[in-house]
Amino acid sequence: MDLDSLRYAKSHEWAAVADGVATVGITRFAVDQLTDVTYLELPKVGKAVKPGDEIGVIESVKSTSAIYSPVAGEVVAVNDSAVKDTGLINEDPYEKGWFVKVRLAPGATTDHLMSKAAYDTQIADEH
Amino acid sequence: MVPFGGWDMPVQYAGVLAEHKAVRTAAGLFDISHMARISVGGADALAFLERLFTNSVAGMKSDQVRYGLVCNEAGGILDDILVYRWPYGFSVVVNASNRPKILAWFEQQRVGKKVDISDMTTETTMIAVQGPDAVKFCEGLFDVDVSTLKYYFAKPALYCRNPSIVSRTGYTGEDGIEAIVPNELGQSLWEELIGRGAIPCGLGARDTLRLEAAMPLYGHELSETINPIQAGLGWAVKFDKDFIGKAAIQTASPGTVRVGLELEGKRAAREGSPIILDGSPIGTVTSGSYAPWVEKSIAMGYVPAANSAVGTKLGIDLRGSVVPATVVPLPFYKRKK
Repeated sequence: MDLDSLRYAKSHEWAAVADGVATVGITRFAVDQLTDVTYLELPKVGKAVKPGDEIGVIESVKSTSAIYSPVAGEVVAVNDSAVKDTGLINEDPYEKGWFVKVRLAPGATTDHLMSKAAYDTQIADEH
Repeated sequence: MVPFGGWDMPVQYAGVLAEHKAVRTAAGLFDISHMARISVGGADALAFLERLFTNSVAGMKSDQVRYGLVCNEAGGILDDILVYRWPYGFSVVVNASNRPKILAWFEQQRVGKKVDISDMTTETTMIAVQGPDAVKFCEGLFDVDVSTLKYYFAKPALYCRNPSIVSRTGYTGEDGIEAIVPNELGQSLWEELIGRGAIPCGLGARDTLRLEAAMPLYGHELSETINPIQAGLGWAVKFDKDFIGKAAIQTASPGTVRVGLELEGKRAAREGSPIILDGSPIGTVTSGSYAPWVEKSIAMGYVPAANSAVGTKLGIDLRGSVVPATVVPLPFYKRKK
């Protein structure tokens, strides 16, 4: 995954759009903050979402966090492998550890999300 | 790195799960220099500590280490501490976050007595080696045979010809050694132990390990509004002697008590999660996590004594959804001897 091509939400989700479908996960920074992930709950396929909607829960030995949709559309796939083996999220948050695929609603874009440079500035401030 | 009791400490090195498992199966290494080390000497030291400590001090042998509480007059817990008895006096180890409070309490209580208090915390480094291989990894490092050290006993020792202390103590539910060495030798001891196979562990694993072992953590299970009996620490309170808080503890109504809870599924309860009975909150979770070794979602919290029996079916409110939970015996994990 080319991290420069991704778009980023303030709440640490990334989105990669191809053919009108956004693949969504969380960033390496977020995963490192969580530490080892022990539980992942994802929405049902078919759920309609808009940016900022809660679409799941991720838990580690340290904390519990909500997962928010960075985009508007309909959930068309969820990563059951990551639910079953949460280690995939720690191992590979940008490929094997993706969460959901969202078919973008008509006219929906990722323009409201951050570039890699803007996101890097945000996490530098959070550190 | 995260702030903890005035110190910057690592949450993890390689990862909480791997570190936790290393302690249960081999040996983990913890920099616990944040724990406050205070020496208590002088002609009145024994009587002074006896009055401030809920457990018996007079009954301790030389070189023995004992766990107990320091309470206020109302019976509320100011801290949980370890007392070390030496031929020449005493040391106490207190929580980092409570160091200023306990030092102030000691200063206030020693007025008019022949008691000397000195805070040795920043002069020494304290390292814990915990796990089934811990004692083996420590053998030959000190001029005392650590394998003959009894559980909850300590020895003055030499490390690289410098005065140190080794004790058979810990906060993980495993056998292990805690060593106090001069600061300039802390790094050398740390690196020697890594060379022998000990795995560095951060605060994350320290928390999940102590939770499985059901050891209370100040600020979570223990506070000034909880007394030792409520906390399930009656074994560390001796009513056949006088100590500050005794009368209040003896006359207190049971109120809420500490219980262990096992949740259905893998979702974790967190500090502050409401504990539910028949749709109404009856208590609060003080610590909770998915437990890496017992592989269950476990929690500790306080509920009314009437609802604390093992087997009681309760629920825990996790951000709006109530997950079934059962009161289970503590600890969640007990090592095989």
